[in-house]
Amino acid sequence: MDKLIIDGIEIDPNPQKTVLEVARELGIDIPTLCYHKSLTPYGACRFCVVETIWKGRSKLQTACTFPAWEGEVRTNSEPVKKARKLILELMLAEAPASEELQELGKKYDVNAKRFTVVEKKKDNKCILCGLCVRLCKDVLNIGALGFEDRGFRRVITTPFNEKSETCSTCGACEYICPTGAIKTKDLSDQKINPNYSEFEEGLDKRGAIYTPFPQAVPNKPVIDVDRCMQFKNDACRICEMVCQPDAIDFKQKEEFIEEDVGAVVVATGFDLYDPLNLKEYGYGTIPDVVTSIQFERILSASGPTVGEVKRPSDGATPKRIVFIQCAGSRDKENHLEYCSKICCMYTAKHALLYKHRVHEGEPIIFYIDVRTSGKSYEEFYNRVTDEGTTYIRGKVSKVYKDNGKIIVLGADTLSGKQVEVEADMVVLALGIIPKQGGEELVRRLKIQCDANAFLSEAHPKLKPVESQTAGIFLAGVAQGPKDIPEVVAQASGAASKAIGILVQEKIAFEPTIAGVDDTLCSGCSICVGVCPYNARELDREENIVKVVEALCQGCGSCSSACPSGAAQQRNLVDRQIEKMVTASLEEK
Amino acid sequence: MSKGVFEPKIIGFFCKWCTSAAADLAGTSRKKYPANVIPIRFFCSSRIDPQHVLHAFEKGADGVLIGGCHFGDCHYQDGNYKTARRIALLHNLLKEMGIDRRRLRLEWISAAEGEKFTKVVTEFTDQIKSLGPVKGNGA
Repeated sequence: MDKLIIDGIEIDPNPQKTVLEVARELGIDIPTLCYHKSLTPYGACRFCVVETIWKGRSKLQTACTFPAWEGEVRTNSEPVKKARKLILELMLAEAPASEELQELGKKYDVNAKRFTVVEKKKDNKCILCGLCVRLCKDVLNIGALGFEDRGFRRVITTPFNEKSETCSTCGACEYICPTGAIKTKDLSDQKINPNYSEFEEGLDKRGAIYTPFPQAVPNKPVIDVDRCMQFKNDACRICEMVCQPDAIDFKQKEEFIEEDVGAVVVATGFDLYDPLNLKEYGYGTIPDVVTSIQFERILSASGPTVGEVKRPSDGATPKRIVFIQCAGSRDKENHLEYCSKICCMYTAKHALLYKHRVHEGEPIIFYIDVRTSGKSYEEFYNRVTDEGTTYIRGKVSKVYKDNGKIIVLGADTLSGKQVEVEADMVVLALGIIPKQGGEELVRRLKIQCDANAFLSEAHPKLKPVESQTAGIFLAGVAQGPKDIPEVVAQASGAASKAIGILVQEKIAFEPTIAGVDDTLCSGCSICVGVCPYNARELDREENIVKVVEALCQGCGSCSSACPSGAAQQRNLVDRQIEKMVTASLEEK
Repeated sequence: MSKGVFEPKIIGFFCKWCTSAAADLAGTSRKKYPANVIPIRFFCSSRIDPQHVLHAFEKGADGVLIGGCHFGDCHYQDGNYKTARRIALLHNLLKEMGIDRRRLRLEWISAAEGEKFTKVVTEFTDQIKSLGPVKGNGA
């Protein structure tokens, strides 16, 4: 059988595939603009042109449509290079405004000077490759876009050139356009809601299928069913098409998994205090007022700015950042009464990291007190002040915009003066609150909460990781504000306590479980209905009630319900209680 | 107790999980409240037999304070509902026995409510003081 030779590599011909596909499998790069794996090849841009030689005759063909027949294919020969340049020249003349094409022109050393750009096409970016049209119709099942008119007047637009009602503003057209010609906002009147990344605190966008964050466990992508076009429109499935191990499964559902467990560690974590409650600090209205966790992302090397300190509004490097500590904390009248404990140290860290990234930068921190209770914390704070961070003791009363500048108005209680600071960016060190939405879980586990909804430990000093209920342990900020070393210590403690239960062969119960005095019991069964644990059952043969000791939790409800005094709580019988009462009331 | 000033004797029946824990919290928070209430701890307020309350009055208690968990918070699922019903009936019974119903008080105090615990104990003690000794005025 005759062979197919691509750039000197000999393979078996495969007419089921195109030259482009075969070449890509071999690692040969053929440039193309209008090809996408999820779409039928269209051959619109002609940029993937290759030279085919069959029976000694040479021809130029588009690799994306030409089947991988036997013969020879040269992807980078002189005629190909020449043709590609010409094609690019023509595209540049057609769509001179496209930055993407201009970049490509620089790469291939091409400009459109040979061809005059028609006045009408001066702002054009579209090369009419039709990727967007085909994607919208064939893949997404929508068809909000189409070609209009013919020849020179041909354009891509919505039907009747009106704002589309069928467009779902998914943004796929904008994403796939090779020349940056199409903008989703031009197509529809609907409000566009980009998928903001939860992990990046809204500072970056994410796809409808995404890995939650770089070190996620398991480090696997998830599908956002509210956004995915497969769930919205029974369409797309591009991820399924490109996933080589066929790992995409649209049928997966959230499920409840029931497990019998011997111990539970509750570590539900925390949320930040809502910055919108702090209206005076301008969060939500001034884009460069960010929360501490947003700033944490800005500083992160894996964050939205790849670790460069850039402010959200215009991407400029802020020359002066004001940090406001106790934003929400230690304000009994208006916000949270308690100290959130971690903000002093992370704000100091933020200031230091900012100073390291932006040497001429000026971090200014407003504080009430700097609380550095921890090993080496005071030394760290000293280092931060030594390296050029200004600490102003006092609260900020207002953050507002004046002439495009952010003005921070506050008090300096050490000098007794009001201070006004111009800032490029403001970071709010927000207080921390227990994780919102966990109330139901906490209620079901019967864990007590304190006045601020943090979980209560069984004893503040002697049982700091136990809850009131045996077998349920607490770890982390769910129990109260604490920093990472403390959380690790508490979590280790909780885990050890849990293991302590699990290694026991027998569980010791309180000795105060229910009992029945056989001679008194008449078998009336009132206690059976009272017991919440089904620990009492009527023995029909003897006509007395018996206790299932393993089920009894020792509440004593049955004892007080029993009309004859037959049901008693062992080691806490009525007689004992009466003696306690009598003794308590005796004159001393 | 100094002579002349009436210091009532009050029995407190508290459940282990909520009100007793609240008493502990009040203690560890160094809160102050009158020492007239003598607490007796049960596992659940539903262990309290109306007979215990009557016994306390018989033995000379001037008041009885019962503390349990808030509805929905009972460690034993629904013990506090039982308590609520029993005490409601007991209140009616007290009247017939010639005991002022204000001498028996039922309160839900959670483990986090140390502040409420001190408030309730203080209020109740003051109330019993104003009512006087249980046998003294026949009330």
